[in-house]
Amino acid sequence: MYEIVAREELAPVTKLLEIRAPAVARKAQAGQFVIVRVHEEGERIPLTIADYDRERGTITLVFQEVGKTTMHLGTKQVGECLASFTGPLGLPSEIERYGTVLCVGGGVGIAPIYPIARALREAGNTVLSIIGARSKDLLFWEEKMRAVSDELIVCTDDGSYGRKALVTIPLKEMLEGGRSIDRIWAIGPAIMMKFCALTTQPFGVPLIVSLNSIMVDGTGMCGACRVEVGGQTRFVCVDGPEFDGHQVDWDQLLARQRIYLEQEKQALELWQHGHACGH
Amino acid sequence: MSETKSISQQERVKIPRQKMPTQEASVRVRNFNEVALGYPEETAMREAARCLQCKRPKCVEGCPVEVDIPAFIERLREADLPGAVQSLKKDNNLPAICGRVCPQETQCEALCVLGKKGEPVAIGRLERYVADWDLTHPSPPPELPPPSGKKVAVIGSGPAGLTCAGDLARYGHQVTIFESLHAPGGVLIYGIPEFRLPKHIVHAEVNYVRSLGVEIRLNEVIGKTYTLDELLNEQGYDAIFLGTGAGLPMFMHIPGENYNGVYSANEFLTRVNLMKAYLFPNWDTPVKVGRKVAVVGAGNVAMDASRCALRLGADEVHIVYRRSREEVPARAEEVHHAEEEGIIFDFLTNPVEIYGDEKGWVRGMRCIRMKLGEPDASGRRRPLPIENSEFDMDVDMVIMALGTRPNPLVFADSGGLERTRHGTVVADERTGRTTKDRVWAGGDIVTGAATVISAMGAGKRAAADIDRFLRGEEAPVSRAEAAIRAGAS
Repeated sequence: MYEIVAREELAPVTKLLEIRAPAVARKAQAGQFVIVRVHEEGERIPLTIADYDRERGTITLVFQEVGKTTMHLGTKQVGECLASFTGPLGLPSEIERYGTVLCVGGGVGIAPIYPIARALREAGNTVLSIIGARSKDLLFWEEKMRAVSDELIVCTDDGSYGRKALVTIPLKEMLEGGRSIDRIWAIGPAIMMKFCALTTQPFGVPLIVSLNSIMVDGTGMCGACRVEVGGQTRFVCVDGPEFDGHQVDWDQLLARQRIYLEQEKQALELWQHGHACGH
Repeated sequence: MSETKSISQQERVKIPRQKMPTQEASVRVRNFNEVALGYPEETAMREAARCLQCKRPKCVEGCPVEVDIPAFIERLREADLPGAVQSLKKDNNLPAICGRVCPQETQCEALCVLGKKGEPVAIGRLERYVADWDLTHPSPPPELPPPSGKKVAVIGSGPAGLTCAGDLARYGHQVTIFESLHAPGGVLIYGIPEFRLPKHIVHAEVNYVRSLGVEIRLNEVIGKTYTLDELLNEQGYDAIFLGTGAGLPMFMHIPGENYNGVYSANEFLTRVNLMKAYLFPNWDTPVKVGRKVAVVGAGNVAMDASRCALRLGADEVHIVYRRSREEVPARAEEVHHAEEEGIIFDFLTNPVEIYGDEKGWVRGMRCIRMKLGEPDASGRRRPLPIENSEFDMDVDMVIMALGTRPNPLVFADSGGLERTRHGTVVADERTGRTTKDRVWAGGDIVTGAATVISAMGAGKRAAADIDRFLRGEEAPVSRAEAAIRAGAS
């Protein structure tokens, strides 16, 4: 079950896995996520779908190795299986013909923005895209994004590739330049999405973000992922993961993402120690 | 054994109800091992000797699945354990679970004639004794009738689903259970803690249901992976039983409820029980435990959450409840165990706001004192706030155990299922039929949060009705729908 059929290292800490899950692939749509458990004693983590292939019956995930679970996932090779794989969960992106749309992908957020950009293009939109990463070696899928975008801006924080800028800089310039944009999607680290929200707010252009909260079941049962949007508590797993970026309580989201910081550190140390000893 | 068999009725009545051995409170608050240890053989035989073998046994009437209680006790008395198991399992697919978590004191034991003058037969403890014997002396599964060729999808692998699936398999139908989580058992796995219901007991009874030919498909979320209409129209299922329970947590909607350290009881218990956070970091899922914890609510879930918090190392755990001791909905035994372990009960107290620190963590909770007014719709006296009685509790963790509602996910993209304003499914109580053709429902999804055994009773009644329908004895006319059309609901 849930066999890994392809694996790629997109960057030193960014891995791609293509996983056989025909029932999930059959229904998957851009914007949705899956819940993954790497091994029997593993935690359940949400990962946004980076791509799906209904004919092959596979789902593609792209993730950054930031903690014990993602590092463990990163060691999995073709032919190995995951303990569980559940989905597709959450609501799909609202793909319509809006006119001109802008897709912003930051860091590992480039992966989930890709199927959204593709779907928006297929729906007849003019797709402008901005992708960015801290440095050149963390950047991936430039060509894939170029293929589904009418225009693509690439930037890095340190200027090691493309333009030296945070994604919010070209975003602001585009809006200030009077470019008519009907809707914006921004996916990336919460802090990047927060600044995309602050940047776009004055221009009155709708901004959709995909929130990456901590989850357990992913089906509305636990409420771990709850966050205030427009003054109301919403569950990211069933009401999202996409929300109006101008309504999200970003500071609450950022605080809630840090709940287990201490334990995450402890688990990571144990994992790294185990690996250093060759277990 | 012959002595106990031949003794007179008077002598039977004189035998006192046998106590359940338990782990000492001071020891058990430091572990997740089972609190109630089970009867040793001798004790079980002495307790079994108390049963008067009534000609018209009242106890059976109190059992939602109508276990033939005198019969299994009689077999036990004769030391015919395989016979006792057979009698028990004829009506109950999950006896080791029921023997542990059923509220016998309000069901079978409440009606036992011995209870009129003294104490009732400890039916639950005897059930557990027989069922536990079975787990260590496995017998071959019962013979099944020839396959009917009909396929039934059971949604959810909790008590209602497992019972319904087991019975349908015994009727000869091909049954597939769809479970959204990665382990079967529903609330038995994610909700009820290890120290009250060890998970190896749940696994064993789930495996018994599997041994009847039931297939369990894990990690498939109905409403997402497949819809109900897809199961009926594309996947070839002749009927569906909905047993997805009441899994949606409720919050109070007071300020500060999203601070770090505020959990729904569902999240806290799921982390601890399903994900085994009490074994962190050997298991990967973490859970936070405060120094001083407030659990809001006083049902069985609140007792479970408070006792887990204590075992995870909290210094002080309070149950905060807006009504008084008399209205506590938890089982008496659970309250007793919680008190023994040192849980503090703050009655007639209701939270109004949770305070946080600058990093977003809980640092206190403002409460208001309550008094009881006139009885409300539930028949219990309505709690009313006492003006200007607010006070602050110094807590760093809050668990909301306020009850749960059915998860609407299962209904996605499938019309025709009438629901109440509480989100529960409208279904005929005797048959489980819903307003949607070929769809039955039972358990908490119909009643709202209730007991394991009532869910099992509903699963059992629905299985009988689904069987009648599949054998063509009744047209697929929904009684609930008929009732609604007639304006009777």
